[in-house]
Amino acid sequence: MQGTQPLTETPTTRVLRRFWANPITIPSVVIILFFTFIAGGTFILSAMGYDWPCNPNQTNLELKLLSPSSQHWMGTDNLGRDVLSRMMHGASISLTVGLVAVAVSLGIGMAVGAIAGYFGGIIDQVLMRAVDALLCFPTFFLILTVVALLGPSLLNIVIVIGLVSWTGTARLVRSEFLTLRETEYVKSARVLGQNAWPIITRHILPNAAAPILVTAVLGIPDAILQEAGLSFLGFGVQPPQATWGNIIADGKTYLLDAWWLNIFPGLAILIASLSFYLAGDALREAAESRS
Amino acid sequence: MISFIIRRLALSVVLLFIISIISFFIVTLTPGSPYPWGELNPKISAEVKANFRKKFHLDRPLHDQYALIMRDLFTGNLRSIKDDRPVMSRILERMPATVALNLTSIVISLSFGTLLGVTAARYSGHWQDALGSIIAFLFIALPGFWITYVVVIALVKGFGAPILGTHSYGIEFPNALASGLDTLWHLLLPATILALGAIASQSRYLRATMIESLREDYIRTARSKGLSEDVVLYKHALRNSIRPIIAGIGMVLPALIGGAVVIETIFAYPGMGRLGYEAVLERDYPMLVALNFVVAALVLLGNLISDLLSAAVDPRVRLE
Repeated sequence: MQGTQPLTETPTTRVLRRFWANPITIPSVVIILFFTFIAGGTFILSAMGYDWPCNPNQTNLELKLLSPSSQHWMGTDNLGRDVLSRMMHGASISLTVGLVAVAVSLGIGMAVGAIAGYFGGIIDQVLMRAVDALLCFPTFFLILTVVALLGPSLLNIVIVIGLVSWTGTARLVRSEFLTLRETEYVKSARVLGQNAWPIITRHILPNAAAPILVTAVLGIPDAILQEAGLSFLGFGVQPPQATWGNIIADGKTYLLDAWWLNIFPGLAILIASLSFYLAGDALREAAESRS
Repeated sequence: MISFIIRRLALSVVLLFIISIISFFIVTLTPGSPYPWGELNPKISAEVKANFRKKFHLDRPLHDQYALIMRDLFTGNLRSIKDDRPVMSRILERMPATVALNLTSIVISLSFGTLLGVTAARYSGHWQDALGSIIAFLFIALPGFWITYVVVIALVKGFGAPILGTHSYGIEFPNALASGLDTLWHLLLPATILALGAIASQSRYLRATMIESLREDYIRTARSKGLSEDVVLYKHALRNSIRPIIAGIGMVLPALIGGAVVIETIFAYPGMGRLGYEAVLERDYPMLVALNFVVAALVLLGNLISDLLSAAVDPRVRLE
């Protein structure tokens, strides 16, 4: 241990220090903040009735398929709608899908994993066999099936993505619990007569927070990519609501004439998910290393 | 080993039972009309609807429906709503193409994943390692449908390259070799795109296990014997690190088959993924239940094979 480090460093500050020391962290966090800012700003502006730079659903057939210019930075689509405005609205949809789907999957995964890991025995066996069974399903096909049968809407999509993607979290939380429930402080708490609930929430969960946070961050781009794939097949968030996936889907007929309908949303999905993956990986490295 | 296989098969039967229940309830309990023509279509008489319900056992209670659909699935009598053909024969028609696509994909991902993972571990902490991890995450973050579409349009419209389907149309091949090569050529591009995600995850995993292995004493011994770095890495270290990757092949199968839905659709490749997408479009309930079941069975089989393989490459593993 270096002498310059404060002796009062807590596990949290240690993880954060190592996280920020990683050269990949700052660029990816800056990009995530950029997309969050665009998404939040667009959402707030449109909620207040302002459309900047244009109304994303304003069609104008005289202006259709214009290439990028100072008027329309990302060009216009086949109905003359401004692609930049649609991209900005798409950002808020994509981030919403990512965050809400992860919240759903974390909720289920943590509950199942905590119950299985803490109580063990027959409960653990039953829950883990159910997880094994779910892991055999082809995830994307399962999401596609359920969304198509339920009818595609933003709410259905986030719930379904969350419902099928909690298995990894459940396994992780369970294995953390299996280790942590054997620690001295958990045993002491049990000897002192504490119930299961406070032991799980006060003593075990905070110590498993880092790996859970990592799976959450890595789950966001998974959900964004899945929604984009659904949109491409026509089962995503429905038009006229713009999403990155359905801008690509709408533009696929014009790929050779209007590259901007494909390249901009594709790059947006790529860059946004890449930043989440890199930030999540940096966080994982910071949480795993012991120094 | 025999007792291991028997126990695994017994566990698989339990899992398949849970899987069949999940796939049955997902399809039947989701709200929405069961009729392929829509609930409120005025041209469809009540009698036709009643016949339809009777034919697909929709007039029975749920547990009866489940039992009947499973009986029909195993006796081969489960019929597709779309064309009234047995679903099993339609699935079996598509299975060779799917198995070929996934196997090619696994071979590609293992080769490139190993190369990328070993290289990253070799230069761990240097810029090559950072580049390797950025490439790996780039592969995961790349929206498969987007890159597929761009590549397909560029190659087909730009160069007229025959890449769609399983073989080139309108060409007589002089011999089996040429025709086989043509089939391989049609497999290569979809399999590569499908493999990108697996390349990334396998290389990341291998990097971590390789870095562990490279700290071991036998590596220091191998180096001090004067062996070349390639021999040390690929022969000594890799042999002790590759097992989790091989055991993990079974786990990437669901992602491969799921990802194949989009890629097969764009490539017009006649695999099970595209069959599934068509079944979704047609709300073909029996087909969806059967497909989910068959795919899950394939995944379980893949898991078993990859466990056996990992025991074969690493004598330290005992199958118990």
